[in-house]
Amino acid sequence: MADTLFRQCPRSGLFFHRTGESLMKAHAVFAVVFFLIGGIFGLLVMLTRMPSVHLLDAETFYMALSIHGTDILIFWIIFFEVAVLYFASSTLLRVRPAAPALGWLGFILMVVGSIMTTLTFLRGNSSVMFTSYVPMPAEPTFYLGLILFAVGALVGCFLFLATLVIAKREKTYDGSIPLVTFGALTACIIAILSILFGAVILIPTFLWSVGLIPEVDPLVYRTIWWGLGHSSQQINVSAQVAIWYAIAAIVFGATPMSEKVSRTAFLLYILFLQLASAHHLLVDPGIGSSWKVFNTSYAMYLAVLASMVHGLTVPGSIEVAQRRKGYTNGLFEWLRKAPWDNPVFSGMFLSLIIFGFLGGITGVIMGTEQINLIIHNTIFVPGHFHATVAVGTTLAFMAITYFLIPVLFQRELILPKLAKWQPYLFAGGMTMLVIFMLGAGTLGVPRRHWDVSFSDALMQYQYAGTAITMLGMAGLGGILAAVGGGAYVLIAVGSLVFGRRLDQNATLLASFGVPLKPGSYTLVRPERLGMTPAEAEGAVSHAAPGTFTLALVFLATFVVYFFINAKYLSSLWHMS
Amino acid sequence: MAITPPSQRIWWHKPIDRIEALWVGIALVWCLVLFFWMPYWHLFGKQNLSNESYKTSPAAFEAKVQAMVEKHKVRTETSGDIPVVAPPPGSDVYMLGRTWEWYPILELKKGQSYRLHLSSVDWQHGFSIQPVNINLQILPGYETVVTLTPTQTGEFGVVCNEYCGVGHHTMLGKIYVKE
Amino acid sequence: MSDQADPPQGDQDEVPFMQKLLDNPFQLLALGLITPTIFYLIWGLAEVVGIPMAP
Repeated sequence: MADTLFRQCPRSGLFFHRTGESLMKAHAVFAVVFFLIGGIFGLLVMLTRMPSVHLLDAETFYMALSIHGTDILIFWIIFFEVAVLYFASSTLLRVRPAAPALGWLGFILMVVGSIMTTLTFLRGNSSVMFTSYVPMPAEPTFYLGLILFAVGALVGCFLFLATLVIAKREKTYDGSIPLVTFGALTACIIAILSILFGAVILIPTFLWSVGLIPEVDPLVYRTIWWGLGHSSQQINVSAQVAIWYAIAAIVFGATPMSEKVSRTAFLLYILFLQLASAHHLLVDPGIGSSWKVFNTSYAMYLAVLASMVHGLTVPGSIEVAQRRKGYTNGLFEWLRKAPWDNPVFSGMFLSLIIFGFLGGITGVIMGTEQINLIIHNTIFVPGHFHATVAVGTTLAFMAITYFLIPVLFQRELILPKLAKWQPYLFAGGMTMLVIFMLGAGTLGVPRRHWDVSFSDALMQYQYAGTAITMLGMAGLGGILAAVGGGAYVLIAVGSLVFGRRLDQNATLLASFGVPLKPGSYTLVRPERLGMTPAEAEGAVSHAAPGTFTLALVFLATFVVYFFINAKYLSSLWHMS
Repeated sequence: MAITPPSQRIWWHKPIDRIEALWVGIALVWCLVLFFWMPYWHLFGKQNLSNESYKTSPAAFEAKVQAMVEKHKVRTETSGDIPVVAPPPGSDVYMLGRTWEWYPILELKKGQSYRLHLSSVDWQHGFSIQPVNINLQILPGYETVVTLTPTQTGEFGVVCNEYCGVGHHTMLGKIYVKE
Repeated sequence: MSDQADPPQGDQDEVPFMQKLLDNPFQLLALGLITPTIFYLIWGLAEVVGIPMAP
């Protein structure tokens, strides 16, 4: 059957199906393109918010911010995630992808939609931000582009599910799907939910923009839109956790501490993570506190529990694998002797630590119903989600890219020294950006604001000098992060174009999705994955005391920072 | 490994490592603390939203604001002659957001409660009292009511922290709190 | 990792209910769509619709 054409990567032992491989490459390449566009506009935004630079004029600033938000939060992330879906199904299950023609159709819809929306922003009349709150209107092509993109992504999601069905029917695996594929399935389910919520609100809003519907209620819009806007970021959480598990397996041969615990944690994501769309409506009019408390807490914080579980089990499984290899001295020898100069590992580990300590803790705190009063719409909010999306998700994607360039694209990394430092540069810059954004937000500095010195306003208000200094410091962090992000694009694109071919057939065109020459593939379905675990499962027992200690440090930080914010809240004017 | 199917056909019965189980337990306890803190604060905290709101229209809300301004105006400020309104304690007080100002300026008394009504007549706005740092989302067509009791005296800025067009950064308001 | 040897398994052993659930993508999809739709969306919109007119 012409459909079953596989090649085995000699370096990883992974199998790639001819069409699945091309789809993966095409989506990944477009992801990086939008990372570059979104990143450049992000830098311009940061250079404008630095009081000493204040680069753009107000109109261009809001346009740049709209592009930065949408291209990064939606296009970069979702393109990459669809690539991850193909990887987790076709490659990990050694199966042909379902209906590849439809896969290409979905891809084309995503490309057309993302370009349409970005070009609409550039025309300048649709600077409505990523959130596009009604009744402020954007041009119809803005909404239409988003809808086309979403339909394309939805096709990718359903093909992932269909590929799972094929793999099961053709018995390409025994028992249950791999944990990483299960994490990707979680991401896929959340993506389908997000897109359906998005359709429910974006289609009427599009019709309103062309004059077919008289109005869209702003509160109804916010309620449904956040079902898209927030849930779409939960796709990231699931995808990035899946990548953490994948890298733990790839780099260390680590085995999950418990399939039951990790999969149950993903189930909690499927059930409850999306309720937290309520985080954005905590100080909105008219929605009762019962709804707010239940939804903002992901049903009693069960999804937070899930994240805390992954936060232990991923490094825990690495610790177990490392201890088996003999790194058993003290609590942390396993961590000290980890391959810190391998960007696949360092990127993943920094992603995990910073996501947890900065992104996770701040997210829960600002999602506490009453504490949200001191945080809503301040620059604390983008501070939080730069920790989650820019460090957590983006850095995890960067880390897996360094693995995929030789394995999927069959190219040697160019600039290996720079690649070694890139995760530290990006994570360091972003961490600085995040910390100072959080600080300035605590002092009340608004997000999405061109000039906090209110230069040509009738009335005046002066922020504390510390707050202004913090914006400047955040800008320095942003510049550093931009250098790190630029290094990533340079290495990724440079390797595809100039990197040494690791396979005769890995032509330049093949880097961008055109299949390799037919001779690269065999008709034989691979028997099993060519990778082996660190040691047979369940052979020698090792616990993970070092990880547990780290987890306790995390918990202590969480508790302290929560009560600091509760104390701050209690100093406010009284409200009832 | 996480990239291969589980080695056992039935993995559900595999016992969980002690440390892992302990962490799940500890994390669950903390999650419950976080959850019950919210109802606790509703009962014992002084900063809660009643979520009292109404559907309204820009014209209806503007009329209420104007009635209050005419009744309780004490002076005007700035080159824009923005009225300063000193409503009696306990009364209904109105402030509206529009491109690009919070209207009017309010003069309140420390320790006294006011029923503050907020709405927008055009886009969405963010009502942000600074440096107190109280932040509310204000929507056109909806009237939010907060019973507010200032606990400090002084001059406070009202910043708009929801993007509302190119003049967003000039949108300010003011609240005075006197003894 | 446990100290005990893994419990013996025969091919005939019944797969536990929870594992069956986790192995079924479409049941998970249904749960993942229904839960937020009920608790977040329908409940939330009911609250919005219930907001009274200003007196």
